Amino acid sequence: MTEALPPMIEMRHVAKAFGDKTVLRDVHLSIPRGTSMVIIGGSGTGKSVTLKCILGLIEPDAGQIFVDGHDMHEGDRDAFLARFGMLFQGGALFDSLPVWQNVAFRLLRGALKRPKREAREIAIEKLRRVGLTPDVADAFPAELSGGMQKRVGLARAIAADPEIIFFDEPTTGLDPIMAGVINDLIREIVTEMGATAMTITHDMSSVRAIADDVAMLHDGVIKWTGPVAEMDRAADPYLQQFIHGRAEGPIEAVR
Amino acid sequence: MSLATPLALIGRAALGLLAAIGRVALFACAAISHVVRPPVYGREFLNALLQIGWLSLPVVGLTAVFTGGALALQIYSGGARFNAEAVVPQIVAIGMVRELGPVLVGLMIAARVTSSIAAEIATMKVTEQIDALVTLSTHPMKYLVAPRLLAALIVVPLLVAVGDVIGIFGGYFVATGSLGFNPAAYLENTVDFLEPLDIVSSLVKGCAFGGIAALMGCYYGMQSGRGAQGVGRATKGSVEAAAVLILAANFLLTGVFFSI
Repeated sequence: MTEALPPMIEMRHVAKAFGDKTVLRDVHLSIPRGTSMVIIGGSGTGKSVTLKCILGLIEPDAGQIFVDGHDMHEGDRDAFLARFGMLFQGGALFDSLPVWQNVAFRLLRGALKRPKREAREIAIEKLRRVGLTPDVADAFPAELSGGMQKRVGLARAIAADPEIIFFDEPTTGLDPIMAGVINDLIREIVTEMGATAMTITHDMSSVRAIADDVAMLHDGVIKWTGPVAEMDRAADPYLQQFIHGRAEGPIEAVR
Repeated sequence: MSLATPLALIGRAALGLLAAIGRVALFACAAISHVVRPPVYGREFLNALLQIGWLSLPVVGLTAVFTGGALALQIYSGGARFNAEAVVPQIVAIGMVRELGPVLVGLMIAARVTSSIAAEIATMKVTEQIDALVTLSTHPMKYLVAPRLLAALIVVPLLVAVGDVIGIFGGYFVATGSLGFNPAAYLENTVDFLEPLDIVSSLVKGCAFGGIAALMGCYYGMQSGRGAQGVGRATKGSVEAAAVLILAANFLLTGVFFSI
């Protein structure tokens, strides 16, 4: 009999406050391997803090986080981070480096270092994968449109074939067509790579395009979690108010 | 207002100052530990050498040449009051090498380099580029701070040496061009009067001021608050702190080298 694999990401009783402002009270979340989890919730509810706690960019005040069954503090930090790729909300591309060096950043230094020519070839291949032509490889991030910067960020996130990919507001600031393109790319890449994905978004069309499972974060706890197919039928009033964008409901419009 | 209120305010300010000194000291220790441990990011180091050293040469040269020239005029007119006009070469040399060269180069570096480092790193922080570095398994202290600190420690003493020489020649051109000094005698007096300790003190000051300038830029950049205002505050704070610390360090080092 084979033993069941642990979830790829598991958060238990995670809490975090900044001064007297409590952002996360008691977060429990489990993301099975190879699935795409989308976290929804209003602005300032702690979605980005949740994500940054998993990466170790923010240290939680309480609780435990497990990645692939191991406490995130166990083992080598570089090896831990090498399992992740992340698309930041604003792209977070390095202004001083050309596009291909942004994409191949991890492949040009550290444990995954390769010869420059090989790293460039991989970068161009990843750029192609996100729908960009090789001629953008030598451009600088400031020369690209917002949509192109997101794609470059996406190419950088997948450059080292990570097991876990985080997407922070992947469609913010994009027109609906470009948002659709990015959503489709994320879905394709996650399916193709077999990676575990965690996405933060307010955009319900992104949720429906990207998610296998959805979790709603409100008031420092996960209010509802379940498969995306059950989201519309769920009875939770917080979830229903959020997904239908109603001003009236248990979530106060002025926070 | 009770009697204790002003005391409490003084105590709070003193504790705040000590805490800030502690944070800067810890940051400096961490930065130095990354300088001496591999890996070294060669490309970032060479870029920092270029930015801090080569591209600062014009401003350092112009500052030094005008200061040396003005110093020659001041010493000549001041010395004339007690028939000591002949000491222009010696005083220009000692003034530039011991004090004005290192201090002015240090302050120019604080204005040009510290502000630029602080603004760049602060912008990287507010646009999540520092978080991105971490997720790409790259330590920000190693990638951003160590190359800049090492480059400043190496190149600012060289800039000070260049500034000293150009400042002396600023005085030379003014003295020989309009004050009637003999060119050969001027240079001979300059060389004869300077001692090795003068030059050593100048270079050590350059090294210390370079370290202060780079550390303050990096520290304030890393501590930046959010948004454009955060970047502005970080930049302003870095230049203020670097300038004050450079002048304080100059006083201490002058005491160490030349106290009788």
